[in-house]
Amino acid sequence: MATTSTGGSSDFLSNLGKIYGFYTGGFLAFVILLAVLEQVGVPNKILGYFFVFFTLAVYAIIGILSRTAQVSEYYVAGRSVPAFYNGMATGADWMSAASFVGMAGTLFLLGYDGLAWVLGWTGGFVLVSILIGPYLRKFGAYTVPDFLAFRYGGNFARALGVIVLVACSFTYVTAQIYGTGLIASRFLGMQFELAVFAGLVGILVCSMLGGMRAVTWTQVAQYIVLIIAYLTPIVILSTKNYGIPIPELTYGQAIADITAREQQMLATGLTTAATLKPHIQPFINYTPLNFFAIIMCMMVGTASLPHILMRYFTTPSVREARQSVGWSLLFIFLLYFSAPAYAAFSKLEVYTNIIGRDLSAIRPWLFSWGELGLIQICGKNAASIDAVIAACKAIADHPGVVRLQDFVINTDVIVLSTPEIAGLPYVISGLVAAGGLAAALSTADGLLLAIANALSHDVYYKMIDPNAPTARRLIVARVLLLIVAVVAAATAATKPGDILAMVGWAFSLAMAGNFPALVMGVWWKRATATGAICGIIAGFGLCLFYLVTTRYFPGAGVKYFGMTSLLNPATGAPLVDIAKAMALPNAMESFPTLAHPLANKVGWFNLTNIACGLLGAPLGFAVIYIVSKLGREPSAEMQAYVDDIRKPRGRTVLEEKTT
Amino acid sequence: MPNPTDLRAREEAHWAKTSRLMFTHLAVWFFFGFVIHMFVKPLNNIIIPILGFPLGFYMAAQGSLIVFVVMLFMFAKQQDKIDREFGFAEED
Repeated sequence: MATTSTGGSSDFLSNLGKIYGFYTGGFLAFVILLAVLEQVGVPNKILGYFFVFFTLAVYAIIGILSRTAQVSEYYVAGRSVPAFYNGMATGADWMSAASFVGMAGTLFLLGYDGLAWVLGWTGGFVLVSILIGPYLRKFGAYTVPDFLAFRYGGNFARALGVIVLVACSFTYVTAQIYGTGLIASRFLGMQFELAVFAGLVGILVCSMLGGMRAVTWTQVAQYIVLIIAYLTPIVILSTKNYGIPIPELTYGQAIADITAREQQMLATGLTTAATLKPHIQPFINYTPLNFFAIIMCMMVGTASLPHILMRYFTTPSVREARQSVGWSLLFIFLLYFSAPAYAAFSKLEVYTNIIGRDLSAIRPWLFSWGELGLIQICGKNAASIDAVIAACKAIADHPGVVRLQDFVINTDVIVLSTPEIAGLPYVISGLVAAGGLAAALSTADGLLLAIANALSHDVYYKMIDPNAPTARRLIVARVLLLIVAVVAAATAATKPGDILAMVGWAFSLAMAGNFPALVMGVWWKRATATGAICGIIAGFGLCLFYLVTTRYFPGAGVKYFGMTSLLNPATGAPLVDIAKAMALPNAMESFPTLAHPLANKVGWFNLTNIACGLLGAPLGFAVIYIVSKLGREPSAEMQAYVDDIRKPRGRTVLEEKTT
Repeated sequence: MPNPTDLRAREEAHWAKTSRLMFTHLAVWFFFGFVIHMFVKPLNNIIIPILGFPLGFYMAAQGSLIVFVVMLFMFAKQQDKIDREFGFAEED
């Protein structure tokens, strides 16, 4: 794979450390400058605009400087990204708005059980490195369907690969664009729909002209912004409260304090045993089966998601692909092992300074979130002290202090409000917003590129017009990127209700559709084309069936497929009374709202539908094994190719026409 | 120029060793991803000195993650060593 790098780009590659060091310094100087501006009285809103537009402008400049007219640069960044930087880019690619803004909130709400997501979204990289990633790098694919097509006899397998890829990436990218809209609207006061399309422009300038190459170098820049933004407030908070700037070590004390406070709240009647979910007690939000099922599906899903796998196509060698997975996880780890600290500090603040306080002595930081409807006390938005007092007066026998059951907080607030809890200046809040935006944009870039590349490379070039000249392939790639982006933004602007659940589904769908075929393709020479095709259809089909039935046709699931109610993890009682729910007039309704008594609450074996990959992937493996055994073994030639994939030395198996 | 049967034998030995490494790492991954968290309740009775974390909680929040990161760098090194041993590593 000739990289034919021009003088300019090799200069760039040999000076990466200097360039990004300078960039990081510049960013810090910019933050300090804004802090000074704040002190001299520049209003918060202006500071927020500075943050968002400055960072967007930097990403856009990188995107435009990295434009390219070469196919291999466009699809795999010329296979020249060093392991360390590919690790950073993967970190940004991986960590979405949900990780940045939502993860800490989930941990706040679920306590120990929320750690299923922390474990699931990190451990999967072990599978990427050991089972799949480096082998696909050696194979020399541009896309994941490329490998399926080569290994499993052509375009039918390729088409299946594209279907799986689009199914798991499209909902995911919609959620990211939704996230950019949410952050921009909250911090800039823009209208949500407008903010979505503003975010879209930010995404497109990064990826349109330079494809993978541009996305890689902007993702590195975005990682730096997002990690600084995530760690700064919590490091300051830890130093303030415990005198040590390592929150990951000091929050152990916070957890001990929370546990003590929980007992105290029970003793003083501020909460009841039924409402309180002790922070460190396991398996009260998920049953043990679902806890481990979620971990498994997120891990295996990681190793099957095309936008992650394709990041490892960009390293100069197989060896660097492996090292790069290690760097990726290290960079991801920095954020994920800090998220539980956010959750613990916030919870301690809420438990000690809100719960049990006299209504008139509530700390004022929460009123700005209450105004937005993100914090409620006594069932009403906590917009001001008067509003809170009025709301609580309306409740009979209210003791006049905030009880745990009076307090409701939206999970997104945890990260966003930490700077205010710690009493930090607004500039830190702006920094956090810029970080959240970087997280959402970088993931959206990677996903859009994965979808558009599959459509342009696999569908257009490989299936429709194999003789298309380079220039036309790149034009098609860019036009498709634009179309996919606009469709995703239009979907996000309608604020679909299922959007966040769909991100979880993406992992299970990827796991069921891709994992068995990819692993068997590398590790079992005997896997045949027919076997793999049947396996993908069966595994992906079962997973999709389970999702769609439990969410959109729960009545039919109960009536025709023997599904039963999921169980309450704490008490073991059914979540819904099936007989009663089935007797309701709307029981057999299709596409019911989330409020429908059966939606997402029925299933087989008490398995939550997010973990449907646990049904699909084993079936996929079994079908590939059995059908392959029934057929004739793959040709000697194919088996020799598999041997080639397994050895790092030598040329890539697939040689793309690059000019 | 090595003869073809020699190459065949080297390929097989290389793959056997690679598979062994794969299974070892998968076992460690499974242990720290799943098995240890099945014992979270008894482990929570142990409090890590000074830091104050209950051990079961700590393993899920940090311990296993650290193991995964270390594992990946070790794996990269070990697999590279195997590739070099059989002459299948890329040139530096």
